[in-house]
Amino acid sequence: MTVSSNDLSPVTQSAVARFLDSDIVYSFKQSKVTIVAAIVTLLMMCGAFFAPWITAQNPFDLATLDLMESLMPPVWMEGGEARFPLGTDGQGRDIFSVILYGSRLSLMVGFSSIILAGAVGISLGILAGYVGGRTDAIIMRIADVQLTFPSILIALLIDGTVHSLFPQLIREDSAFWVLVLSIGMSFWVQYARTVRGSTLVERNKEYVQAARVIGVSTFTIMVRHILPNVLGPVLVITTINLALAIILEATLSFLGVGIPPTQPSLGTLIRIGNDFLFSGEWWITFFPGAALATLALSVNLLGDWLRDALNPKLR
Amino acid sequence: MSLLTIRGLRVEYPGRKSDFTAVRDIDLTVERGEIVGLVGESGAGKSTIGSAIMGLLDLPGRITEGEILLEGERIDNLESHQMRKIRGNKISMIFQDPLTSLNPLYTIEKQLIETIQQHKGLSDKKARREAIDLLESVGIADAENRISLYPHQFSGGMRQRVVIALALCSDPDLIIADEPTTALDVSIQATILELIKKLTRERNVGVILITHDMGVIAETTSRVAVMYRSRIVETGTTDQILGAPNHEYTKSLISAVPRADVKLVRFPMVNYIESAEEEYKTIDLSTHWLGKGREDLGAAAIKDGDKLIEIENLGMDFITRHSIFPGRRQYFTAVKNVSFDIRQGEVFGLVGESGSGKSTVARIIAGLYKPSGGKVMFAGQDITSLSNHEARQAVHRQIQMIFQDPYSSLNPRMRVRDVVAEPIRHHKLASTPREAMQIVDDLLEQVGLGAEAGSKFPHEFSGGQRQRISIARALATRPTFLICDEPTSALDVSIQAQVLNLLKDLQESLNLTILFISHDLPVIRQMCDRVAVMRNGELCEISETRKLFEQPVHEHTQELMRLMPNMDHLSHEGLQIQT
Repeated sequence: MTVSSNDLSPVTQSAVARFLDSDIVYSFKQSKVTIVAAIVTLLMMCGAFFAPWITAQNPFDLATLDLMESLMPPVWMEGGEARFPLGTDGQGRDIFSVILYGSRLSLMVGFSSIILAGAVGISLGILAGYVGGRTDAIIMRIADVQLTFPSILIALLIDGTVHSLFPQLIREDSAFWVLVLSIGMSFWVQYARTVRGSTLVERNKEYVQAARVIGVSTFTIMVRHILPNVLGPVLVITTINLALAIILEATLSFLGVGIPPTQPSLGTLIRIGNDFLFSGEWWITFFPGAALATLALSVNLLGDWLRDALNPKLR
Repeated sequence: MSLLTIRGLRVEYPGRKSDFTAVRDIDLTVERGEIVGLVGESGAGKSTIGSAIMGLLDLPGRITEGEILLEGERIDNLESHQMRKIRGNKISMIFQDPLTSLNPLYTIEKQLIETIQQHKGLSDKKARREAIDLLESVGIADAENRISLYPHQFSGGMRQRVVIALALCSDPDLIIADEPTTALDVSIQATILELIKKLTRERNVGVILITHDMGVIAETTSRVAVMYRSRIVETGTTDQILGAPNHEYTKSLISAVPRADVKLVRFPMVNYIESAEEEYKTIDLSTHWLGKGREDLGAAAIKDGDKLIEIENLGMDFITRHSIFPGRRQYFTAVKNVSFDIRQGEVFGLVGESGSGKSTVARIIAGLYKPSGGKVMFAGQDITSLSNHEARQAVHRQIQMIFQDPYSSLNPRMRVRDVVAEPIRHHKLASTPREAMQIVDDLLEQVGLGAEAGSKFPHEFSGGQRQRISIARALATRPTFLICDEPTSALDVSIQAQVLNLLKDLQESLNLTILFISHDLPVIRQMCDRVAVMRNGELCEISETRKLFEQPVHEHTQELMRLMPNMDHLSHEGLQIQT
C-alpha cells in the first residue's frame, strides 16, 4: 500500500504542473545542499558557455596579451588592477578569463568523453546482458582486464599510441580528441557493468518475452524495450563520472599529455601556475584549482542527490 | 476477558499532501483457542492491523485513535522496551515467505536455541531438548538429526514448519499469521493449515489468520472479519459469513470465489471493487477488423473440433552445469515426453504444482524456448523447426500469450497505446497509422478500459486493468490461439472473476482456442473444456473437465482433488449454475 495512492491530484493538470508536483522535484526542494550545488553548477556552466561575452580579453588570442601586464596579483592586493580581478599569469593573461575559457574546455572534454564512454558502455552492456553466453563472456573479460589498469595509465597509453601512430598530427589540433578518446575509453567499463546488470534483470521480465512472442527482432527489443528501462542508473553514474572526467582531464593536462599551454584548460593552468608557486605568485594555481574543486564537488553532490532520489529504497 | 481486544483502532500514514488512513474504526476480539480470520483484498488494511498489534508499524505510520488490549491491559501505548518483551513472550508472528524469514547463515538449531534462551533463560542442553521437542510438535520427523541443518536444506513447506516452531518458542498467547500459506503449493498448504489448527487446540493460543483466500478461511477459522477499504464491514462465524453473508461486499466477494463443485455460466456481481466500470460501446466483432482475417491459417481450413495444436513427445532439458565437453554437462529435465492435442475452439487447461513443467510447455509452444525433443504442430505444420523468417512471423501472429505478472508484463516506459499497437505495427496489419490507432482504441474499449486509457502509462493502472491491457495486446495480432499462463494468480478474487469473465466473452465472440495454465483447480473448473494434469514434467492424465473433477483416475489427480479446500457450504446466492 503506497501513500501516494491517496493523493487526489486532478487529472486535468498540465505536464509542467505534474512535473513540478512530482516526488523528484519535491526531494530537490527539500535538500538545501542540492539546491546550492545546482546553482553553482549552473553558474559555472553558463560562465563557461558565455565566456567570450563575459570576459574582458580572449586569453587564447596572443595579440591581446601584453607581457608588461604579466604576474599581476589579484585586485585586492598591492599592485592589483581592476581589469584583472584575479590577477594575471606569466604571459599577462587575465586569470578570471582563463578560468572561464579553461572550464569551457574542461567541460567540453568532460561531456564529450562521457558521451563516448556512455555510448560504448551502454551498447556493449546491453549486448552482453541480453545476448549472454560467449558474447557476454568476451565483453566482460575485456572489461575486467581493463579495470586492472588505472585510468590514468590507459589515458597515457592511448595518448602515446595515437601520437606515435600519427606523428604528423599537430598536437594543438588533436589534443582535444585524444583526451576525449583516452578518458572515454577508461570510463566505459563502469557503464557496461551497470547496464549489463540492469539488462539481466529486465531481460527476464515478461514484457520482453511478450515482445518476443509478437516476433519482434532482438535488435528492436534491445533498443525499444531494454534501453529505456536501464537508463535510470546510467543517469546517476553519468553525473558522478562527469566530475571524475573533469578531474581526470585536469590530471592529464597537469602531467603534460592533455591540452597544450597555448589554450589552457583548468589542469594546464594549474600546471603553469605550479612553476610560479614557490616564487610567491600563488593565484595562478590557486584560483583555477578552486574552480576545479568547486565544479567537481557540485556535480558530485548533484549526482549523489539524483542517486538517492531515483532509488526508492533510500527514501 | 478476551485474549485480545481492539477498540476503534485507526492507523494513519502522514503523507506529503494528505494523511493516508490505512485502517479505521476497527473492533475485533480474539479468544484463547480460536482462529479468527481477517479476510480482504489487497490494500484493504489487513496486514496493517497485524503490524499495529505487534507495535511494528512501518514509519511514519502511527495509531491515531483507539486502543489494543492484551488480557485487559493496553499495549498500544507502551514504551518500545516494554513492547519488545510482549512481542517475544506473548505475541509472535508467522510471515508469508518462509524463504526470507529464516536467517540463511545460521543452522535451525542456532536460531531456535537463541530464541528459546532469550525468552526462557534455559541452559544450552535444556534449550536444545526443547528445540527438538518443538520441531517434533510441528511435524518434522527425525528432528534430533535435522536440527543441525541450514534453512536451504529444507523444502518450502518444512521451512514454514520451522518458522512456526520459532513462533512457538516463547509459548505465546497470541499468534498472528500473515498469509502463512500463500507462497506454498496446495498440498503443503493443507498440511500447514492442519498444523496451525492442531497447535491452536493443544496449546490454547489465539490465532489471527490474515489471508485473501476464502478456501483457507473455510478450512481453518471459527470466526471471520471481512475487511473492505480500511474498514471491517462484517464479522461473524465462518459458517455464517461464507454461507449467508449480510453485507453487499461480502456477498460479491463470495460470489466471485471460483468453486470446484459447480460450473458457472459466468461470475455474477463482480463490479463492486474496481470502480464500477462504465458501459463502453461494444463492437460487432463479426464485421470488425478483429473478427476478420482469421482465415489465412494455411492451406487447410481448420473447423471447430479439429486438432489445432498437436504436441508429440515434447521434451525440454535445461543445462545446469556448463562444460565444453558434452559428456560432462549436467541437465535438468523440465518436461519429458509430453503429448496432447488441443482442438480448435476449446479451452484446454494445464494444471500442476510449481515445478511441474506446465509453464515450460507453454513457452515452447509460444516459441520462447526451443525444445530438446519432440515437436509442436500448429494447423498441421511443425513450428519448432521453421527455418524461414516469413513462416516464423506468420506463426508468431497466430499464437499469442498472456503472462502471469501484470506488473512486469508491460514495458513501463511505453504508453498503453504503443504497447497495444506494437504487434499491429510489427506485423504491418493496418494500412495506415490512423487505422492502427482506431484498432487500438477499439481493442481498449473491448477489454473494458476505454480508448482514453491509451495515453496513460502502465503504472497508472491496477493489476486487473493491466491484465486487460495484456489481453488487448495479445488480441492485436488477431491470433487464433491464445496461451494464458496463470493470467489471474496475481489478482484479487473479484478482479480475477472480472478478468475470467472477459476471457470467456472474448473466447466465445472471437472463437479463440485457449491453452489455460493454472495451479488453481477451481479456476480450471470454471474455464476449461478439457484438462491435462502434469507432475514433475510428465503428463498424468487428460480428461474432460467435468469427468476429471467427478472421477479423477490418476492418483496424483486424486491427491490434488483431496487437498483442495472444501468450499461446499459457500453461499450460492446469485449464481447461474451451468448444468
